[in-house]
Amino acid sequence: MDLPDHLRCSKEHEWAAEEDGLVIIGITDYAQGELGDVVYVELPEVGTFVKAGEPFGVVESVKSVSDLYAPVTGEVVEINDNLESEPEFVNGSPYESGWMIKVKCEDQSELDKLMSASEYIAYVKTLG
Amino acid sequence: MKKTALYQKHVDLGAKMVEFGGWLMPVQYAGVLKEHDAVRNRAGLFDVSHMGEFFVAGPGATAFIDRIVTNDVTTLAEGKILYSVMCKEDGGVIDDLLVYRLSTDRYMLVVNASNRDKDFAWVCTQKAGYDVTLEDRSDDTALLALQGPRAEEIFRKISDLPDDLCYYELCEVSHDGALMIVSRTGYTGEDGLEIYLPQEKVEAMWDALLKAGEAEGIAPAGLAVRDLLRIEAGYSLYGHELDESIDPLTAGLSWVVKRGDADFIGKSALADLKPSRRRIAFTMDGKVIPRQGYPLFVGDEREGDVTSGTLSPVLQKPVGIGYISGRGKKALAEGATLFVEVRGKKLPAAVCRAPFIKPGIKRRGHGSS
Repeated sequence: MDLPDHLRCSKEHEWAAEEDGLVIIGITDYAQGELGDVVYVELPEVGTFVKAGEPFGVVESVKSVSDLYAPVTGEVVEINDNLESEPEFVNGSPYESGWMIKVKCEDQSELDKLMSASEYIAYVKTLG
Repeated sequence: MKKTALYQKHVDLGAKMVEFGGWLMPVQYAGVLKEHDAVRNRAGLFDVSHMGEFFVAGPGATAFIDRIVTNDVTTLAEGKILYSVMCKEDGGVIDDLLVYRLSTDRYMLVVNASNRDKDFAWVCTQKAGYDVTLEDRSDDTALLALQGPRAEEIFRKISDLPDDLCYYELCEVSHDGALMIVSRTGYTGEDGLEIYLPQEKVEAMWDALLKAGEAEGIAPAGLAVRDLLRIEAGYSLYGHELDESIDPLTAGLSWVVKRGDADFIGKSALADLKPSRRRIAFTMDGKVIPRQGYPLFVGDEREGDVTSGTLSPVLQKPVGIGYISGRGKKALAEGATLFVEVRGKKLPAAVCRAPFIKPGIKRRGHGSS
């Protein structure tokens, strides 16, 4: 699996990475593969407060709709507007152009509670 | 978990496999949008071997089938097919199915994979007094659906077909040492063929069709795109638009219910029935997909539910089917506004006619003028 080393991942298949003091969040390649062609991503408005472990949005494919769970707690300071017209970025480039939100995370130790890249890869293997 | 004979082929093609009705089936290969493009513009190949095929034979076959389905089988000519439903005494739909008349006294019934066992048990309980033999040959029969504008052309590269095989006609074709039943039928709204053949021959046929269709741009297609295509074509899916609590009149299938004197199971219930709900089709703006179970509102009143929905790549809009309570004609007129409740929000929808797309079905084959 093509998972960049520095990413931290949740059991719900979101990834989180630190970038310029913010935490950037998206869904993993495994998640986008399970969903199929993404047609719509519902993201929170800038200024929304998200809480670790709770839904912050929705990702829709032709065959299913899934909640997006925040891996960390904080204020949404930026959202990926491109996903409105190009939701397929989530499929084609889940770790780069498919990023979803950037959060000003209050407690950086929340990142440590997530799985490392190699732990996540091992976790996905158990899912069969 | 059951697997079709093509399971390994699907895995080798990179298909994502999913459980459906006790079977491990390919849900997608290259992706729903690519597969949709292939079927609507070139050709797609589906493995639907999990479906059920029952053979009914004997002097009583016509009368028997005529009683258990709502459609008129007595006027079905040899070599022709009809679409119908089987109802319970109370008019509820047990399954929708195709009836193939192979010869005077020989029929093949093609039923949904999810209802195979239920349907066979049902037909067996109904056969008393009829001179018929019933065989469930589902396990021995593989089924491929080759669908799209180039389907017939591709099929003719590897096998003979009568010059003029019309829509809802069948033929029996000898190929590779076995007899196949081929019909101009399908579930996609495109021209195409359905090919019934012995299990032991299906791998060779699958490979041969994919190879023969390479130049035309054939693609293997899975269950996800199958659902997308049939919704665009306005077709029902058992478990969504049809189930045992729904009668064919409410479901918009009065055209498969025979009038006249012949008896059939469910006749008296349907004769007395005044449907309290109507089936509707609708489109929406935006990208949010209406899904089975989402409430439908007319004004502020919750009047029904969505039964199926998808994002139509042809219309570039979400489309849906559902049932709403019968009301004055105004509420159901084309163009009327409904609301679909999606995750707590009411989104507007416009009532329209189904099918959502113009079907590419060909009434007549290539050989005819």
